[in-house]
Amino acid sequence: MKAFAELYLRLDATTSSNAKLEALRDYFAAAPAEDAAWAVYFLAGGRPRQLVPTRMLRELATALAGLPDWLFEESYQAVGDLAETISLLLPEAAHASDHGLAYWVEAQLLPLRRLPAEEVRQRLTPLWAQLDRPSLMLCLKLITGSFRVGVSKLLVTRALAQLAGLDAKRVAQRLVGYTDISHRPTAASYLKLIAEASADEHNQRGGQPYPFFLAHALQAPPEQFDALLGPPADWQIEWKWDGIRAQVVKRDGQLWVWSRGEELVTERFPELHGLAASLPDGTVLDGEILVWKPGMDAGLPAVQPFAVLQQRLGRKTLGKKLLAEAPVVLQAYDLLEWHGEDWRNRPQHERRQQLQCLVAEYPLAPLLLSPLLDGNDWNDLARQREQSRNLGVEGLMLKQRDALYGVGRTKDMGLWWKWKIDPFSVDAVLIYAQRGHGRRASLYSDYTFAVWNAPPGTPDRALVPFAKAYSGLSDEEMRKVDAIIRKTTVETFGPVRSVTPTLVFELGFEGIALSRRHKSGIAVRFPRMLRWRLDKPVDEADDLASLQALLV
Amino acid sequence: MDLVIARPEGLYCPPGDFYIDPWRPVDRAVITHGHGDHARTGNRHYLTAEPGAGILRSRLGQDIDLQTLPYGERIRHHGVTLSLHPAGHVLGSAQVRLEYQGEIWVASGDYKVEPDGTCAAFEPVRCHTFITESTFGLPIYRWPSQANLFAGINAWWRSNCEQGKASVLFCYAFGKAQRILHGLDPDIGPILVHGAVEPLNRVYREAGVQLPATRYAGDVPRNDPLMRQALILAPPSAAGSSWMRRFGDYSDAFASGWMLLRGTRRRRGVDRGFVLSDHADWPGLLWAIGQTGAERVMVTHGSVNVLVRYLNEQGLDARAFVTEYGEEDDTPATEPEA
Repeated sequence: MKAFAELYLRLDATTSSNAKLEALRDYFAAAPAEDAAWAVYFLAGGRPRQLVPTRMLRELATALAGLPDWLFEESYQAVGDLAETISLLLPEAAHASDHGLAYWVEAQLLPLRRLPAEEVRQRLTPLWAQLDRPSLMLCLKLITGSFRVGVSKLLVTRALAQLAGLDAKRVAQRLVGYTDISHRPTAASYLKLIAEASADEHNQRGGQPYPFFLAHALQAPPEQFDALLGPPADWQIEWKWDGIRAQVVKRDGQLWVWSRGEELVTERFPELHGLAASLPDGTVLDGEILVWKPGMDAGLPAVQPFAVLQQRLGRKTLGKKLLAEAPVVLQAYDLLEWHGEDWRNRPQHERRQQLQCLVAEYPLAPLLLSPLLDGNDWNDLARQREQSRNLGVEGLMLKQRDALYGVGRTKDMGLWWKWKIDPFSVDAVLIYAQRGHGRRASLYSDYTFAVWNAPPGTPDRALVPFAKAYSGLSDEEMRKVDAIIRKTTVETFGPVRSVTPTLVFELGFEGIALSRRHKSGIAVRFPRMLRWRLDKPVDEADDLASLQALLV
Repeated sequence: MDLVIARPEGLYCPPGDFYIDPWRPVDRAVITHGHGDHARTGNRHYLTAEPGAGILRSRLGQDIDLQTLPYGERIRHHGVTLSLHPAGHVLGSAQVRLEYQGEIWVASGDYKVEPDGTCAAFEPVRCHTFITESTFGLPIYRWPSQANLFAGINAWWRSNCEQGKASVLFCYAFGKAQRILHGLDPDIGPILVHGAVEPLNRVYREAGVQLPATRYAGDVPRNDPLMRQALILAPPSAAGSSWMRRFGDYSDAFASGWMLLRGTRRRRGVDRGFVLSDHADWPGLLWAIGQTGAERVMVTHGSVNVLVRYLNEQGLDARAFVTEYGEEDDTPATEPEA
């Protein structure tokens, strides 16, 4: 645990990628394989289920620190992170446990999940007493599942590749699925990550998907596209679907469905299980899982809003009714493996050609082929893109015809651009504020926004809250807003402050839907601040009618 | 009778007719210490502790009408007995003890209870009413030992030296900078300082505080190989300025009590945060308040509401005093000198 805590401190102490890489290499070079196995898991984003309920952690820490509840809460609000708060409040241990990370995770922490509450309490106190402050914070972050340290999976991959003298792409391939909840890191699984390359590695991959190739955001105006991208003919152009990016893997008579977060989600989508019987072994498709309802009202798109898919994901069990109401399809757009052969190093157009043949050959119910768009020039395509909202898509995807299928957000093997439509936007008024977390700790940086419930001039019109947002401001703006909030506070309830409405922001969001759960009757997706409307008086902020007008 | 009340001009002693650290110009001002939010220009007469005279003159002007008083020595003014006692915050910092008709009040200004070798150590003063700051008035604030802290700073410097990188340490020019100088290991390499720091070093040295030799960073030519071994002390305002370019490849750090929190550390955007404060931490505040024996506590700038509520729950009569020192309420976005 000590060594891992030291690694954490080193990673946390620098913003330089090279320094982080060096810290990772040093750690992996020295760590026993069983500890390194867990370190890779956590650093690459692996999260075991929450081991101890948050409330129990709070209560126990408050009691051990000898504080009243309200003072613990005040402290938490100032720190903005539960694990850090507790580590700052508990009495500091004189020396740290010498046990390794694997022992701590496997013997001490994971077993907590199945124990009765009383026993967990009894075990935690002596556990915490063995850890100095950095190790304690780390241990708590592992318990709460909130471990994050500003290291990308790619960086971990590079560190392991350098250490083992391997190509980073090979390590990335081996690392796929490593952080899935069903996978338990072991010394053997770690040694496999850094083992010498072998000839039959490809045959031993089981249900493993490939690392996803990711698109870059295209932000230039269409007038510059010719100069930037060349003619549209060099590009394979599709709609940008708004669902769950997934790879469907069929090998050895079995089917696996993987989400972009490299989670195994096969069980969540029984509609796709039929593909196991039909697709040939050694097939890997890349595409988007969407809720699809063809043949409804004429003129409405068959693809359903992401909100519908999200509701379905929120359910523990998938009943018949739900499956009938929200059936999914795979909108396939790439072919990564065919008859057991890795096709990622073939150009985009060749993979597309074969994908079309495959879909033609296996016309299966849940399998659709993402259609291609044609355009004479970029202006023509820009016009087609205007249709996006009506069609229920997020814009266009531009894929270089000769692009190989890269790893993650790389640019060296070819390019994918996402050309998204502009977000919805309204001018809203900040009415409540709360202090933030992480980098925004102690700052009033999480805001609730409201619009007017009636047009200007209506007597007694009021502000109705409709969205919360915390991203989009620069550090400088955030500091200014924080100061204004402190000066204009009307009331505080717990951690929340209500303020005199003086601040107007342009809020952007991706989707909008009716909602019974919200006071305003409207729910928006991915709300964030686009800009601070210093020029706009509160009276001129938008009203509910402007929101309702955005509902399609 | 209240010996100190809050007025728009500042904390005021009615029977003595003078102010303590006023934020608007007044006739008579008792100054607890030389930080900008406590010592302001424009007052007609100043009274401060003797060791703080040099600082006050260098910041407010050589020609101010200044009277000084050695720690512990009593004077009487309009029937109020006044004396100044070390607050352990910075050179010349003092708590103001007021006695009138058997009633004793102590206004502590800013204070730190742990001795640091660059100023007289905090001295608890018995009183009926104690006016305390609350900059770090939350139980999360517990300072690491100074030995560990300086070992950490020296180790960071040494490691940068080995990598041929300059070490730029941001800290407030008055008080913090001299404490750091006092704790550095001068054998590691040369110590350079920003133009805002050197004049204060001079005042400290003249007051007899031992500081290692320092050079003005501006005197060292750009790209001088000496830079790569050097530790540079600079005020936070120098961060991101063109002044920094002369150091080439450097690692930067910030020294402040706020660096205890990961969030504030990351917001600073520096490589390292060193937890070094010239204020009392939570245990320090409670200890100091307990030592005074005061039954009534007036809480100023910092986590006012938290400390007031906590002290009341402990059976004391605690109240809030609104001042313009530091920042208001809880941990502020732009940290005051801390």
